[in-house]
Amino acid sequence: MSSSWPLWEVFVRGKRGLNHVHVGSLHAPDAEMAVRNARDVYTRRNEGVSIWVVPAASITASSPDEKDPFFEPSGDKVYRHPTFYEIPEDVPHL
Amino acid sequence: MDLEAQFERAVEAEQRVEPRDWMPDGYRRTLVRQIAQHAHSEIIGMQPEGNWISRAPSLRRKAILLAKVQDEAGHGLYLYAATETLGADRDDLTGMLISGRQKYSSIFNYPTLSYADVGVIGWLVDGAAICNQVPLCRTSYGPYARAMIRICKEESFHQRQGYELLMTMMSGTDAQRAMVQESVDRWWWPSLMMFGPPDAESSNTEQSMKWRIKRNTNDELRQKFVDMSVPQAQKLGVTLPDPELKWNAERGHHDFGQPDWEEFWQVVGGNGPTNAQRVAHRRKAHEDGEWVRAAAAAHASRRVAREGVA
Ligand SMILES: [Fe+2]
Ligand SMILES: [Fe+2]
Repeated sequence: MSSSWPLWEVFVRGKRGLNHVHVGSLHAPDAEMAVRNARDVYTRRNEGVSIWVVPAASITASSPDEKDPFFEPSGDKVYRHPTFYEIPEDVPHL
Repeated sequence: MDLEAQFERAVEAEQRVEPRDWMPDGYRRTLVRQIAQHAHSEIIGMQPEGNWISRAPSLRRKAILLAKVQDEAGHGLYLYAATETLGADRDDLTGMLISGRQKYSSIFNYPTLSYADVGVIGWLVDGAAICNQVPLCRTSYGPYARAMIRICKEESFHQRQGYELLMTMMSGTDAQRAMVQESVDRWWWPSLMMFGPPDAESSNTEQSMKWRIKRNTNDELRQKFVDMSVPQAQKLGVTLPDPELKWNAERGHHDFGQPDWEEFWQVVGGNGPTNAQRVAHRRKAHEDGEWVRAAAAAHASRRVAREGVA
């Protein structure tokens, strides 16, 4: 039964040089079958050159409820962005 | 601000809702029902066309049809995966489908009587599905929207292969042209029904629009489909079987007749030409596959025991 097959999250690298990106999930009895099924479900049109599968149960996620306090520390640090600094127009290459 | 108000503000601001966000129970329930019904439609939709794979007239047409039917299986899987992000259980959903407790699109309860049906389904049925699905790429629930983007990319092949098949038949013999027209006559009205009942009778539309699950009303989408199909029919050289169909310059749209809504409700209620056959076929496939699922699970757990690999 499929519910006794674990859920796997699928990540596909579109082409060499790009990150693996989450594309969806599927059920499979083991990792090897998960990769094969992911190929058939998520890359029927050359969408990928590499696939990762991860047991969904192994993923730990930050909680959306505490999103604001969790990411808040970087919110007030505008000086981390280059646009924070005013440089005269006539200074070249900066 | 309470959670519900916060949720509604986010949705109104076109923010996507993601799986672990707080959402109203009704929103979750509506989504599970709608996405599951959509997934079931993709899976059941494999049957009417799958019926013609072995009889398609050339290796080229067989390969195309096989690829299309395989895509529909993929669409079903993307959508089932989206329901699982809402806490639905895949086996439950399959159980609901094969016991007739959840519905799928009424269109798949009509038989495919001739090979021209393969072309007409690609053109009209996939065409109507595209009309329905393109706005869903902006639906408020993230995983559903992303599944729809993936699906829409693939649907365009479905519609084009159908139209090309029909153009080929229309350039053939009189008998082939007649076969196409006969098929259009059978599929036109059921295709219009794919958008659901008229807005005045559609009970879920208002709340779904407010939650941005649905982006257009049934009647808006139906109008769009008619306007798109008329010039395509002309180019093809077929007549759409609606005596009331004519251009209305004032509205900038075509006027058209209403499908037989009595028939629609009959089909939705389980009394269409092939309802029983479609569900029985799906149930048999599921039951016949049980030993394969069990064997794969047994193999996987033995490997874990032996090699310690998951
Ligand atoms: Fe599809
Ligand atoms: Fe399709």
